[in-house]
Amino acid sequence: MAAGHEHASTRFYVAIAVILAVLTALEVMVFFIEALRPVLTPLLLIMMAAKFFLVAAFFMHLRFDGRLLNVVFAWGLVVATGITLALMAVFGRFS
Amino acid sequence: MSELAPVTGIRNRKLAMWTFIGSECMLFATLISTYMVYRGRNLIGPYPHELLNVPFITVTTFVLLMSSLCMVLALAAMQQGNRRQARFRLFLTAALGLVFLVGQFYEFNHFHHEGLGLSRNLFSSTFYILTGTHGAHVLGGVIWLSTLFLRLGSGPIDAERIETVEIAGLYWHFVDAVWIILFTLIYLLA
Repeated sequence: MAAGHEHASTRFYVAIAVILAVLTALEVMVFFIEALRPVLTPLLLIMMAAKFFLVAAFFMHLRFDGRLLNVVFAWGLVVATGITLALMAVFGRFS
Repeated sequence: MSELAPVTGIRNRKLAMWTFIGSECMLFATLISTYMVYRGRNLIGPYPHELLNVPFITVTTFVLLMSSLCMVLALAAMQQGNRRQARFRLFLTAALGLVFLVGQFYEFNHFHHEGLGLSRNLFSSTFYILTGTHGAHVLGGVIWLSTLFLRLGSGPIDAERIETVEIAGLYWHFVDAVWIILFTLIYLLA
């Protein structure tokens, strides 16, 4: 993508920001609802992943940029997640 | 002068920033891992549920999210050649980042007064190191954006300068993305 080329419209970015704000509000709402305690962790992790994806894909323009940049970021992310899960498993956090 | 990389077709500075961000993922992964491994293993208080203020942190989280919006709009203004809007939005981004830092300082100060020193227990050590490292990244971003705001006061708006703002934006959005993870793991899954 050329440096001087616009990726998306202002309205589009505002819409993404609104979705992020709504997801954050939902996260906090879910946190305070006692009835949702049994499914709290998966619900929060799904919303967290969705917000992370929105920022990376649209604010960081990965959705519009070259495949190589996606690979560079995804590789770092996969290794980082692997490190976290492996350490948690080693220290018995899943047992 | 930023040149096209011969093989990738991507400008070197941008590729370097993405590589840096990839390595930063691993830095934060080690800190998050340490926090998660020691979570809930405190032998002495104060405990996280006694201290963490979710409504307050939700407000600072919202502030950081809105700073990301200002950043992406600053880049859009640069790409339209609108210097005045670009500078104003960069200023807003840095100002919102500063508000986030003030919130973090207030939180740390409150915890300290409640007896949660750096080496008080496992939670305090891992919490301060993790959120403090993130805060240091926000501070670095605020300084970078402030510098950009001043430098954009004069001179042409060319591809080189647009790319500079884009790269600063990548860093800022990454810092925001990391906070999205920390907010959930530390405050909501406490």
